[in-house]
Amino acid sequence: MAGKPKTLFEKVWESHIVAEPQGEPTLLYIDLHLIHEVTSPQAFDGLRLAGRKVRRTDRSIATVDHNVPTTANRLVIEDPIAAKQIETLRKNCAEFGVELYDVESPRQGIVHVIGPELGLTKPGMTIVCGDSHTSTHGALGALAFGIGTSEVEHVLATQCLPQSRPKTFRIAVEGELAEGVTAKDIVLGIIGRIGTDGATGYVIEYAGSAIRSLSMEGRMTVCNMSIEAGARAGMIAPDETTFAWLKGRPFAPQGAAWDQAVAEWRKLASDPDAQYDRELIIPAIEIEPFVTWGTNPGMVVSITGQVPDPAAAQSDADRRAWTRALEYMDLKAGTPIEEIAIDRVFIGSCTNSRIEDLRAAAKVVAGHHVHPTVRAMVVPGSQLVKAQAEKEGLHVIFKDAGFEWREPGCSMCLGMNPDILQPGERCASTSNRNFEGRQGSGGRTHLVSPMMAAAAAILGRFTDVRTWEFRQSEVPA
Amino acid sequence: MEKFRTLNSKVLPLDRVNVDTDQIIPKQFLKRIERTGYGEFLFFDWRKDPAFGLNNPRYQGAKILVAARNFGCGSSREHAAWALGDHGFRCVIAPSFADIFHSNAGKNGILLVTLPEGQVQTLLDRAANTDNYQLTVSLEENTIRDAHGFSTTFAIDPFRRDCLREGLDDIGLTLRHASELDNFEKRHDAAFWVAPRTGESANA
Ligand code: SF4
Repeated sequence: MAGKPKTLFEKVWESHIVAEPQGEPTLLYIDLHLIHEVTSPQAFDGLRLAGRKVRRTDRSIATVDHNVPTTANRLVIEDPIAAKQIETLRKNCAEFGVELYDVESPRQGIVHVIGPELGLTKPGMTIVCGDSHTSTHGALGALAFGIGTSEVEHVLATQCLPQSRPKTFRIAVEGELAEGVTAKDIVLGIIGRIGTDGATGYVIEYAGSAIRSLSMEGRMTVCNMSIEAGARAGMIAPDETTFAWLKGRPFAPQGAAWDQAVAEWRKLASDPDAQYDRELIIPAIEIEPFVTWGTNPGMVVSITGQVPDPAAAQSDADRRAWTRALEYMDLKAGTPIEEIAIDRVFIGSCTNSRIEDLRAAAKVVAGHHVHPTVRAMVVPGSQLVKAQAEKEGLHVIFKDAGFEWREPGCSMCLGMNPDILQPGERCASTSNRNFEGRQGSGGRTHLVSPMMAAAAAILGRFTDVRTWEFRQSEVPA
Repeated sequence: MEKFRTLNSKVLPLDRVNVDTDQIIPKQFLKRIERTGYGEFLFFDWRKDPAFGLNNPRYQGAKILVAARNFGCGSSREHAAWALGDHGFRCVIAPSFADIFHSNAGKNGILLVTLPEGQVQTLLDRAANTDNYQLTVSLEENTIRDAHGFSTTFAIDPFRRDCLREGLDDIGLTLRHASELDNFEKRHDAAFWVAPRTGESANA
């Protein structure tokens, strides 16, 4: 085709332009709007006040995830305010005609897990949700970004959003990852390199052979944490891996429609000579198992490294931030990461709670037992993930080893439900944010991959999973 | 939305980088279903420290907050903008802001001003060391001034500026394009590969 070569982002953006008013942001059409209990009540209220309807109920889907208990009896929510918020979502969905996957639905789960797994998320779509980790869905070649509650109301009312056009940033990871080095380490490595505001104003496209060879679960982990680098969204061009993964899912096109859809999706990949506003190439060999040592996801160090010394910070502002972070984390500069003892382990969250994450963790855990001073839990991302894991017997491996096996939800990723850290507790967590108090006031979070978290649970401290002694090989690969 | 024209106020300095929305308003306050009443929970955990600026009487009533790089990063919670607004803040000045926070602030009539690090440092120092330090922020002429010789202009997207100045409602603005939207939607719906529900079990 003639014309200027285009990036994946440009193709998706341009096919969703409703209007481009002079001097104003572009009006962008939204294909799919995911809704959850925390950021929607005020938006539905706004609609009611203005006498507006939901424009496209068929482009909206709701679930409950942030607040729900992850213990067996999920219908009892002891916190009356949380209960009211969930009840409010039920009422709003009923009143406005939005489909809701409630706690008892076999499709309930974390929004960013269920969208892709149900095939709601598809290549080339625009997707929004009142949650910053909406970037996850970009793994399938969608343009997906988090929005605030006023924007939730805007999308409910109009199915579009005024958006100023972001810049494009291509990050290529080239080469092969070593055994035990995962998608989580790729994205932690990227954030550690460019910083938590390194991609502000940009949409990242992840490319390169290390990205191409990731599974869909791995790609979702990478795109999920784009926001932790400040990016508006993260995207990966859809390819055979994407199509194979998507095929047959409940909301994927079927039969002839499937073939036609795939033909369209194949056109989405960036053209060979497409121009980006910024580019970065990272050799895969530089990616190691990483651990965050501080209070933002950019404070990253290799498992073989040490807690850094604030004296080495580049600016006064950073030096103060590092000092503050070390104080909050109760760590001393120079301590080897492998010597840091932990109290809790959390395997879950929209970053790392998919089936492949649980398989990887189970493989580490099999034949071992959780360290006596550690409390460890696994929270599958969705009912479907949980069911699949139980079919494969993973829950037995975890339970035998002393892990708690929970019901799906956000859980200790942000501790809006009763799953929280106590003040001073130190946690190896597969989630995405290590901000002060994120997992509980005074709690200390170290972000790691599922394998690294699993190994930490067994030893009671961090260890390099590349040297792990795997005990049972019959665990599903 | 309250219109923003000119603001004269005391200034609260917050000399920290990467202030995330989990700090601005922690998760336990996101369970509420209202839009108001978040002000008393602003910086809830940091406020437990008696030395934290928000507790200092000298900054009482400040409507302008000055902070370091990458203010508002992290979660998309609009509750952060609600908490700042509810507490009385109408303007935040910093060297940079996170994208989603930027948009949330605008929707709540809070002006975000991006200034170079050096100028922000000057304001942080002056706010910390000058009694009753005040700034005047004008959206009539895009300027910030103090009574001690600080004066600068700032850049702002003209559309954002208009929205803040007039207190415009976004949905109303979008509905000016209703017929374009109808037409686009008709064409777009035909492209089933971007339809949310096309599988056979869609109604299962
Ligand atoms: S798992 Fe954590 S980051 Fe993901 S949507 Fe839930 S609270 Fe947000």
